[in-house]
Amino acid sequence: MSATGPAALRVRSVRAGDLEQVAAIDLEITRQPKPGYWAQIHRRYGSGRRQERFFLVADAGGRIEGFVIGEVRDWEFGSPPCGWVFAISVRPKTRQAGVGSRLLEAICEGFRRLRVAKVRTMLSRDNQLILSFFRSQGMMAAPFIPLEADLGPPGAAAP
Amino acid sequence: MKLQKNTLFALYSVLESAASPGRQFSAGEVARKYGISPHHLAKVLRTLGRAGLVESVRGVGGGYRFAGNAKRLTLMDVIQLFETIHTPAARRGGRRAGVERGVATILSEIDEIAKATFQSISIATMLKLVGRQRSG
Repeated sequence: MSATGPAALRVRSVRAGDLEQVAAIDLEITRQPKPGYWAQIHRRYGSGRRQERFFLVADAGGRIEGFVIGEVRDWEFGSPPCGWVFAISVRPKTRQAGVGSRLLEAICEGFRRLRVAKVRTMLSRDNQLILSFFRSQGMMAAPFIPLEADLGPPGAAAP
Repeated sequence: MKLQKNTLFALYSVLESAASPGRQFSAGEVARKYGISPHHLAKVLRTLGRAGLVESVRGVGGGYRFAGNAKRLTLMDVIQLFETIHTPAARRGGRRAGVERGVATILSEIDEIAKATFQSISIATMLKLVGRQRSG
């Protein structure tokens, strides 16, 4: 995976003071306000108490340009321990400068240090932008197929 | 998943030319490498030329060279010049019922996954994959 990007950029663990910028990046991209969500994610992934959880930011002199969140999960879906990337976002105006690559490389290095050999992610097949990004980083289709069903109201028959 | 011959020849031509941008190649060169009829390949190259993905170079030593943007151009952009991977209303179910509708639903799932895959892979990404496979 590529490790290029702005020289002044530093990828580090998130701090509570970064959350406002993280939420602003997410809002700019998704247009969906998520009150309370980022504080909760910070408690879960950014506290530093669990070494298998990662919440990293790309810091360019105090300006957060992007973030990545993930963790190592053991034996889920029958898979040996592997790293999962749940979210990766880069400010739209900073894209194509290697920020996403730096973030992904940093979280992958964290996964490697925990001795896992695979990184996985899952995203909507309509999300061409991020799909293309992960593909450009060398990721391929995994040997898993996500499935879903509408549940209906409580008491409804099984799908 | 099976692509039509023309589509495959187009992908080979685009990838071969994008691997060495600026270098001219002849239809015969690619035809020999992949065991394709030069006449057949020439037709494919004309289509790629009309779409602006390759440009023809006239004169002695002329031929074709890549004219697209390898980072922006996806496999789907090339494929859809030659065939359609989409889910017509009839395949999605439409007025069909029972077994026929069930089978159509599954075929539609497969189409959508194939389309998303082709759309997510740029020519530059594909060349990186080829490079990794060569060195691996």
